[in-house]
Amino acid sequence: MQLAIRNNRDVWAGVMLIVTGAAAVIIARDYAFGSALRMGPGYFPSVLGGLLVLFGLYLIAQGLRSNERIEGNWSLRGLIVLPLSLVLFGVLMEYAGFVPALMVLIVGSAAAGSEFKLKEVLLLATGLTAFAVALFIYGLGLPYPLFTSW
Amino acid sequence: MDLFQNLIFGFGVALSWQNLLYCMIGVSVGTLIGVLPGIGPLATIAMLLPITFNVAPVGALIMLAGIYYGAQYGGSTTAILVNLPGETSAVVTCIDGYQMARQGRAGPALAIAAIGSFIAGTFGTMLIAVAGPPLAELALKFGAPEYFSLMLMGLVAAAVLAQGDIMKSLAMVALGLLLGIVGTDVNTGVQRFSLGITELSDGIGFIVVAVGVFAIGEIVANLGNPEERSVFTGKVKGLMPTWADFKQSVGPITRGTLLGSFFGVLPGTGPAIASFASYMVEKKIAKDPSRFGKGAIEGVAGPEAANNADAQCKFIPMLTLGLPASSVMALMLGALTIQGIQPGPEVMVTRPELFWGLIASMWIGNLMLVVLNLPMIGLWVKLLKVPYRFLFPAIMAFSAIGVYSVNNSSFEIYLTALFGVIGFIWIKLGCSPAPMLLGFVLGPMMEEHLRRAMLMSKGDPSVFVTRPISLGFIIATVLILVVIILPAVRSRRGEIAG
Repeated sequence: MQLAIRNNRDVWAGVMLIVTGAAAVIIARDYAFGSALRMGPGYFPSVLGGLLVLFGLYLIAQGLRSNERIEGNWSLRGLIVLPLSLVLFGVLMEYAGFVPALMVLIVGSAAAGSEFKLKEVLLLATGLTAFAVALFIYGLGLPYPLFTSW
Repeated sequence: MDLFQNLIFGFGVALSWQNLLYCMIGVSVGTLIGVLPGIGPLATIAMLLPITFNVAPVGALIMLAGIYYGAQYGGSTTAILVNLPGETSAVVTCIDGYQMARQGRAGPALAIAAIGSFIAGTFGTMLIAVAGPPLAELALKFGAPEYFSLMLMGLVAAAVLAQGDIMKSLAMVALGLLLGIVGTDVNTGVQRFSLGITELSDGIGFIVVAVGVFAIGEIVANLGNPEERSVFTGKVKGLMPTWADFKQSVGPITRGTLLGSFFGVLPGTGPAIASFASYMVEKKIAKDPSRFGKGAIEGVAGPEAANNADAQCKFIPMLTLGLPASSVMALMLGALTIQGIQPGPEVMVTRPELFWGLIASMWIGNLMLVVLNLPMIGLWVKLLKVPYRFLFPAIMAFSAIGVYSVNNSSFEIYLTALFGVIGFIWIKLGCSPAPMLLGFVLGPMMEEHLRRAMLMSKGDPSVFVTRPISLGFIIATVLILVVIILPAVRSRRGEIAG
């Protein structure tokens, strides 16, 4: 039974909705609820949060009945490496400049895939970065330093 | 006569060399991403939005629209040659299109798909020109209750008609509405759900959500399922369909165009639904339905006309009411807002060059697609051989630059990464994030209209059913729910009983 739930698609969807909805309702308690005539800032979010909880309960019930599995393969590597390289891009844009940020992002993203050939990826990163510099910095005049001097 | 004058004015705008160039870029990029599986118009438009900052609003809209309908053309090329839908709308085209290609009739299949799309596009464009102005005039009379009911109908229709589980789609709409609330409440100045983060006081950026969920989330999902592509290696010989092909296609193209236009105006129905409906109709009325699935040209002509008509008609609610009927239209609205134009029925009067210029350019764009694409099929086939491992780092790079350049903010990059993870999880749990994006766009507007309507009526909720136009929308909403949910419940009961 436990195993069945661990993989149950709709139960998890329901749980996520309930957590989000409940959090919304709890946080929205700090905002004035108001009345139907003068709705406070808390009115709409509280109603929506309640709705989400209801939807979540329904989905859990449906999941327990239908036992639909989560399909397909997970690329855990992709799930971690892709967002991480995006975060690195954000950090490097502030501290190192456009060129290093973009190079790291492209190489990092490529490393999320299953086939990674360093030479090929470096070539791709150089080409794409050159293209992006030409298009965005020189072509469209975006005001980012190519390299930030320390 | 007004219509003609307006159209001539529109062509005057669209035929300036800059706008022709933007149209050309738009449809070329659109075809390109249409041909390539794994990247759709939504992610592309989101990535390219920042490029449009420096372009005049008309040019920006013309280019973005070109990407959208260009993708519908490109999607069929991949479907016919590779048996892989380049866009979701081309799923149906695979069935008979690929069979035609295997019988050495790839040329006629591609040609009829392009011709069908062109006819449908022309009709859709005319429909916008004819129906747009009266609709906008009607919309000018709308008050807060009408807008709220209309949005409610749109969101419910979007959730109900989208593929997949209805309850999940409705839940995703509600989740989107909630996300849209994050930020400063316009009426009271209260910070809602901003968790003390200053960057969140302006709300979550639209592009952040769109790129995060649709570009990043999709890539993560794709990496888990490596695709197999076997490009059709046979020569594409003889492009021209025979006279018999034409005669067989006239009916399906006409019916597909009408079906697509109908579905196009409905919110939430992607082009996939229109083309699927068209395929079912053609199969049903065919003298010999067994030909379908074995290379029947009707199975290509009808659905391709339907999906292009749908794509064009999706512009009607966007241009006349300022309401997005699909997530791509939500992005177009975003583009207008960034340009400082408040979308709505007033646009047609205050910025006629925008409305009529866009309409004229759509017809020109459709023409370009037919003339340019057929000779360039060889090039598109070569492009299909670009492996995904080169493609997705490029998508990442453009996405990142696109998001960053909106507010020059690293925080929004981090948020995009977060939405990428969230989007991936929802995709895996069988919840399509598209309804969420619609809810996200409409959330703040809906709350605002709800509050205003209640103030108007002194807290009496009957205001939504005592005003005739609003009542009409409410009845339509209930009807949609009843018609769709009842059979679903019945069949589920049947399942349990069986």
